[in-house]
Amino acid sequence: MEKKKNEMKIEFDARSENEGFARVAVAAFMSSLDPTLEEIADVKTAVSEAVTNSIIHGYEEQEGKVYIVCEMTGDVLQVSVEDQGKGIPDIEKAMEPLYTTKPEMDRSGMGFSFMEAFMDHLEVASEVGKGTRIEMWKKIGTTPWLGEEE
Amino acid sequence: MEEDFKVIENYLMVRMPEELDHHKSVAIRETADRMILREDVKNIVFDFEDTRFMDSSGIGVIMGRYKTIHCLGGQVFAIHADGQIKRILRMSGLKGIIEVLD
Repeated sequence: MEKKKNEMKIEFDARSENEGFARVAVAAFMSSLDPTLEEIADVKTAVSEAVTNSIIHGYEEQEGKVYIVCEMTGDVLQVSVEDQGKGIPDIEKAMEPLYTTKPEMDRSGMGFSFMEAFMDHLEVASEVGKGTRIEMWKKIGTTPWLGEEE
Repeated sequence: MEEDFKVIENYLMVRMPEELDHHKSVAIRETADRMILREDVKNIVFDFEDTRFMDSSGIGVIMGRYKTIHCLGGQVFAIHADGQIKRILRMSGLKGIIEVLD
C-alpha cells in the first residue's frame, strides 16, 4: 500500500510580478489531487503569503531567488517556500496576528495567520543572515476511500 | 490604472483587479491616496466585481485606506465580493469595520 509520490521544484527571481506565477504553478501542480475550488484558493493564498514574505521581508525587495518545492504523497500536499534572505530574528513574534515590521508599506501583519488558517500544518525554520524556509501541509479532497486507487 | 478610479460626489470608487496581491496593491495604494488628497473624497467604495483572488496584501490596502477615511469621518464599503473574498474579509476582522454590501 505504498502511496504514490509526485514532486516538483521551481526557482524564480524574488520580484513581485512572480507572485502570481508562483501560486498558479502550485495550484496547477496539485490539480491531479482533484481539489475543490476552496482548497485551490486556500493553497494559492498560503503560497502567495509565503512568497510575498520572502520578497518583502527576506530580500527587502532586493535581488534574490525564491525556491518552491511541492510534494504530493497520497492525498497530502506539502509545499515548501524558501529564500536565502535576511531571516527572521524572532519567529514567534513574526507569527503574531497583526504584527508587522513594515506598517509603512500597509502590510496587514496577517500573512502567517492566513498560512496557518488555510493549511493544515505549518513549520518555520529561519536563521538570521541565512534565510527562511516555510513548510506547509494540507490534505486535499474529502473523497471517500472508494474513490482512491490502490 | 487611472480608469479604475472614479470620484462620484464625495465617494472614491475603486475597481479592484482580478488578482489582488502585493504586486498589484502597491499601485492601488498610491493612486487611491493621491486621489483622496487631490479630490474631495470622504468615503471609499472598493468594487470586487472582477476580483477572483485576494491575499493579506489586499487586507493591507483596505486597512490603510480605512485609517484615512475614518479620520475624515467617512465610511469604507466593499461591493460585489464573491465567496472567497468575503471569507478573507471575515477572517481578517475587516468585516466588522467596513460595510460589505452585495
